[in-house]
Amino acid sequence: MGRYLARRGAQAVLVLWAAYTLSFVLLSALPGDAVTNRIQNPEANISPEGARTLLAYYGLDRPLWEQYAHSLVGASRGDLGYSLTTAQPVRELLASALPSTLQLTSLGLVFGVLIAAVVAVATNYAPWRWLRTLTASGPALFASVPTFVAGIVALQYLSFRYGLIPSVDDGTFRALVAPAATLGLVVAAPLSQVFATSIRTTRSQPFVHVLHAKGAREGYIFRKDVLRNSSLPVLTLLGLAFGELIAGSVVTESVYARSGVGQLVVGAVNTQDLPVVQGVVLLSTAAYVLINLVVDLAYPFVDPRILVDGAPRGATRRRARQRSVVVEPAAPRLLPAEVVMP
Amino acid sequence: MTAVLSVENLTVGYRTRGTLVPVVHDVSFEVEPGQVLALVGESGSGKTTTGHAVLGLLPGNGQVTGGRIRFRDQVLTELGPRGWRDVRGRAVSLIPQDPGVSLDPVRRVGHQVEDVLRLHTDLDARARRDRVLELFELVGFTDVERRYRQYPGELSGGMRQRVLIASAIAVEPDLIIADEPTSGLDATVQKQVLDLIDDLRARSGTSVVLVTHDLGVAADRSDLLGVMQHGRLVETGPTAQVLADPQHDYTRRLLDSVPARLASARERVEVPASREVVVEVEDLRKVYGDVAAVDGTSFEVRRGETFSIVGESGSGKSTTARVLTGLTQATSGRVRLLGTDVTGLGRRGFRPLRRDVQIVYQNPYASFDPRFDVYQVVEEPLRSLRDRPPGSGGRFSGRFSGQFSGRLGGRRPHEDEVVAALEAAALPADVVHRHPRELSGGQRQRVAIARALVLEPKIVVLDEPISALDVSVAAQILELLRTLQAERDLTYVFISHDLAVVRAISDRVAVMREGRIVEHGPVERVFSAPETDYTVQLLDAIAGRRLTAGVP
Repeated sequence: MGRYLARRGAQAVLVLWAAYTLSFVLLSALPGDAVTNRIQNPEANISPEGARTLLAYYGLDRPLWEQYAHSLVGASRGDLGYSLTTAQPVRELLASALPSTLQLTSLGLVFGVLIAAVVAVATNYAPWRWLRTLTASGPALFASVPTFVAGIVALQYLSFRYGLIPSVDDGTFRALVAPAATLGLVVAAPLSQVFATSIRTTRSQPFVHVLHAKGAREGYIFRKDVLRNSSLPVLTLLGLAFGELIAGSVVTESVYARSGVGQLVVGAVNTQDLPVVQGVVLLSTAAYVLINLVVDLAYPFVDPRILVDGAPRGATRRRARQRSVVVEPAAPRLLPAEVVMP
Repeated sequence: MTAVLSVENLTVGYRTRGTLVPVVHDVSFEVEPGQVLALVGESGSGKTTTGHAVLGLLPGNGQVTGGRIRFRDQVLTELGPRGWRDVRGRAVSLIPQDPGVSLDPVRRVGHQVEDVLRLHTDLDARARRDRVLELFELVGFTDVERRYRQYPGELSGGMRQRVLIASAIAVEPDLIIADEPTSGLDATVQKQVLDLIDDLRARSGTSVVLVTHDLGVAADRSDLLGVMQHGRLVETGPTAQVLADPQHDYTRRLLDSVPARLASARERVEVPASREVVVEVEDLRKVYGDVAAVDGTSFEVRRGETFSIVGESGSGKSTTARVLTGLTQATSGRVRLLGTDVTGLGRRGFRPLRRDVQIVYQNPYASFDPRFDVYQVVEEPLRSLRDRPPGSGGRFSGRFSGQFSGRLGGRRPHEDEVVAALEAAALPADVVHRHPRELSGGQRQRVAIARALVLEPKIVVLDEPISALDVSVAAQILELLRTLQAERDLTYVFISHDLAVVRAISDRVAVMREGRIVEHGPVERVFSAPETDYTVQLLDAIAGRRLTAGVP
């Protein structure tokens, strides 16, 4: 277990480094940078002298690889540098943007899972055929409606027409509901599709037939067996869907004019504020890696056949089987009849 | 005494694309308390459908279209869903077909047995647990506390079936439907499980409907025998009477197909010791990881002989077959085929021998390329081995010409050989243009045999060639194999778990266990005077003693 976590940790560091490097390369490939843009703005009216000082202050006059090495060393020490536009430490910017985004994404995830569960269960268990067909086509519909369309439509009706929710973030829970639901809808699409298929497959398993033969009703079978057996692929997807959640939050925050990491990164990309973009990339990559680690660690709790560290179980199981087969004697014959009576 | 179960003129149909196709017609029978009724028949005969109709568990598109099922004083066919749920598991329970997939893999087996108690009794958690432990003792588990906590994946097939039996008897039903309860299990385990069911029944007076394709099991374990064919119950009566004096043609045919009876019907001419040895295995070992699948076996087979290897699952018999056919390399030891040492040869080195040594598998369909029609399946070995001198550049040309020629019309290049091989396998020439999926199981196995024969091999390795077939079809395939051997002087290495079949076809037999040959010798000697306890145990587990009792 310890070795497994160490290996996963090393992997995570590698992924973080790759993401950091890739975003650095991509943004450096764009012409200009935040400071140069500001200097070249005729309204700024900065003297050549001042410009040089500015560039030197931010290290932008040094060769690219040196800038990269410098920022990488800083990042590895937890120092993400300073914003090129506001001069605030990137860490502070992230820290102030994070709570709002965290609220949005976690509630979005809750909505997503809820919607997925309702759709998947209805697709399989609804008593009327029309409802099953309708819900079965739900995932495709959710997936094909872009976040901003869903967001704008929701805003239009819920906020402007009926006044149910505030149209700007006033910090209340009510203001959070609509954006989170919008986000949840996007995540719900793949989740409900996989969950519905998974339930259908599980229900056709022979052991479910045996449960029917025991006299169990559908609800009992769902709670005891189907739910657990069919949630494994959903769990896998949950980790992947988290990426979608992060991407979706950028759009959602823009549509609903919420401050948060999404807004932060939109602004930073617009002004080519490299340290801020890289800070966000590191943050979301770390979150993604962490979520997927949690998902992997959760597998064995759902399915006892899975071992976390991926050790070959076949050998031990085979040995166990051989042992128990030998040990197991034939049924005891002719026990007194009372034993059968409870 | 009044019947526990009485089925009156039962008719069941399956709805496919709007039309109702009847699969069970007008079936009537009665089972009295404590009786075992065996429903036998081949696949598609409607025996399983009948069994499941009694539980009200037909597949979604199946429905009872006529007749009644009475259980004591209840008419089951008139019950609603709630009524059915009350009957199932409490009054009528099921021992399912395949223990491997009949338990939820992610729940502890103890809890799965508790389901029945939870659903049909008022026992509290503690009492339920105690009852399950008691049941586990009853079905022959030791260390019941540990079993209770285990997951199905940690149990062997036989043990899983015991768990399923425990849950079938948990609330003492009056009737148990046992649907092929032992078909996937090894012979010795099958015997234990059937003994257990017998024992429980004798003690509690439960009636059993035993659905099985295995006449031997039915003969040994039932009071009443019902023979089903094409959805009809063609004959029914006390088992002993039906066996001794079958009235219906189909029953007679079925009984004549039983391998145990085939054996007695025929004498084999002994292969003279002077004939050349074509297969020579010396101290063969094959190790996978840290487990020796084959652990030092030695044997010889002479030309024209049938040498059988029997054993239970995991005994190493199939690994031996794979080594003999060059599909797996031996870890150590020596294998000589037709005088050539093949031990060190990889797949490529084995190629020249490929035309002399062929293999037929248990499941032929899985060994066919799904895109191929019968012609292409049978022609495949010709394409890959003929017209291809070693080192020539014709590696791909042969393959493609074979594939396209059929589509272009006209005669295909190997038509004569392919048709001859199909005819040798007793298939009509016109199957050439059909696809394997349109053929029955027996026909597919004939196609597989034709494919093996098309290169005119000298040695054929038969890996459980009839285990998946219905008994009458299996008998025909055995007969075919025997004829081919006589005509072509073939040498067979026959791999099987079924001792009755082995007895019917072989000259000499080797009994394998845990990678070793524990006994070998002429088949009559091994069967009449076994030398090791394990062989005795295996022979003892053969079902169908009563089938052969009347036959000299």
